[in-house]
Amino acid sequence: MDFLYGLFIAPFADFGFMQRALFGSLMLSLGACPIGVFLMLRRMSLSGDAMAHAILPGAAAGFLFYGLEILPMTIGGLIAGVIVALGAGAVSRFTIQREDASMAAFYLISLAIGVLMVSIRGSSVDLMHVLFGTVLALNDEALTLIGGIVAVTLVSLAIFWRALVAECLDPLFLRSVSRMGSPVHFIFLGLVVLNLVGGFQALGTLLSVGLMMLPAAAARFWTARVEPMCVLAVLIGSASCIAGLLLSYHASLPSGPAIILSAGVVYFASILFGTRGILRARIIHHRHRTA
Amino acid sequence: MTQTCLTFRDLTLGYNSHPAIHHLDGAIRKGSLTAVVGANGSGKSTLMKGIVGVLKPMAGGIIRAPALRAAYLPQQSELDRSFPARVVDLVSLGLWPKRGMLGRYTKDDRDAVSQALMAVGLGGFEKRPIDTLSGGQLQRTLFARVLLQDADLILLDEPFNAVDAKTVGDLIALIKHWHGEERTIMVVVHDLDLVRQNFPETLLLARQPVAWGETRETLKPENLLRARRFHEAWEENAPWCEPDEHARGHDHNHHGHDHDHHHGAGPRAA
Repeated sequence: MDFLYGLFIAPFADFGFMQRALFGSLMLSLGACPIGVFLMLRRMSLSGDAMAHAILPGAAAGFLFYGLEILPMTIGGLIAGVIVALGAGAVSRFTIQREDASMAAFYLISLAIGVLMVSIRGSSVDLMHVLFGTVLALNDEALTLIGGIVAVTLVSLAIFWRALVAECLDPLFLRSVSRMGSPVHFIFLGLVVLNLVGGFQALGTLLSVGLMMLPAAAARFWTARVEPMCVLAVLIGSASCIAGLLLSYHASLPSGPAIILSAGVVYFASILFGTRGILRARIIHHRHRTA
Repeated sequence: MTQTCLTFRDLTLGYNSHPAIHHLDGAIRKGSLTAVVGANGSGKSTLMKGIVGVLKPMAGGIIRAPALRAAYLPQQSELDRSFPARVVDLVSLGLWPKRGMLGRYTKDDRDAVSQALMAVGLGGFEKRPIDTLSGGQLQRTLFARVLLQDADLILLDEPFNAVDAKTVGDLIALIKHWHGEERTIMVVVHDLDLVRQNFPETLLLARQPVAWGETRETLKPENLLRARRFHEAWEENAPWCEPDEHARGHDHNHHGHDHDHHHGAGPRAA
């Protein structure tokens, strides 16, 4: 019993920084995982990655002027993300170019500007901070920010749920009954940026998208409905955060990659054992009903 | 005393400054059932998109009756069949005009969904994932959604594609039922026999309207021949359609189909 306590409870009970890390990452899961489900269902999984890169110049600008401070870097990242999301979204909505191409163009330009800005002032250690984050050093400011982002995300999802589902399921239909199509797309992109920015202090710009996409991709193997998929993604995300933090504590590994790799393990397990996964499909294929 | 549902005023719709519907004038009577026929590329789907408002006119306009509720079943649906939704989720979208984005679905709404599915012969399909439906079943599901929209104007773009004979019969019966309820219906159809048997009025398109009116009259051999001569391809260097030239073309059009009086241009069709 003591052993289990030492393994699972003690790290969080004994250390304030672990409690903060746990609290912050669980909140992140609550907001980011449902967003990830919709990103995946809209076939924009890689757009999330692109957006994560696009945030860099904004964060770098904040870093350039204020140093390694959370608020300016967050606001900078938010602005850069929104510019890229709106720009890419607008190009795809109003020209013949599809969103994947416009997103790639915008994020690459943005990434180049970001790297340039970081290299003007900082050393490569600073760059590492921005890229990979520090979940074990979340301060009150960061936790408040994450809390706010999660609240905005959940409220927006509750309000726009039906429109978002309709926009994914049958966009032309939505356009024929309502003008919500374009606004809801942009609101959704806004939520993506918001959650990536929320995640980047904890997990870094590159890995914050991992907490968004991996639980969603894993949940896809278990259910054929959106609502349970979102709930399951949140659960998988939360479990990955706990597992990742414990792993990082006991094995002295960096926490961000440990969290994302935990989600990766769940993903691979889901591919194999999910109700819609490989093994199940193989077994069921041998038997069939009469009608 | 007939009311108009839609009035087209010198309507030009198209893509990249090439018209697909060229200077269309006329009106759709409230409660009418009109078949829209014509060759590929003759502007049938474009007209539907223009009416429902997803394509903005290049010139002219469409005057809708006030507070008109339109339901639109497109030819090429942008439906994502891999989306994890059940039949009931897809059909429930038809409640949008009634409940909007935030309104709760009541028990009556859920009953209405079941009844709509029943009406298209898909009773008991509620829980089926949409990616397990056949093409014809999906088409009937979309009909159920149109049913639920409870619209005054129903636009169906080639609804009988890839649908078996029995189902076509069922869907025609449904369309006639709507017609009986005084709803205005426009259907893009390719099967002329089907049109002759079931549709009182027909609009024959070849970018311009070739003929428009009573079905038997419209589908006369000479009209069909004229429609067939229509040149499908765009001409990259086609001259710009100038106002005065358009006036001439316009008159010519009217001359072309002035036998259908009740469809005359809006102002004259009192």
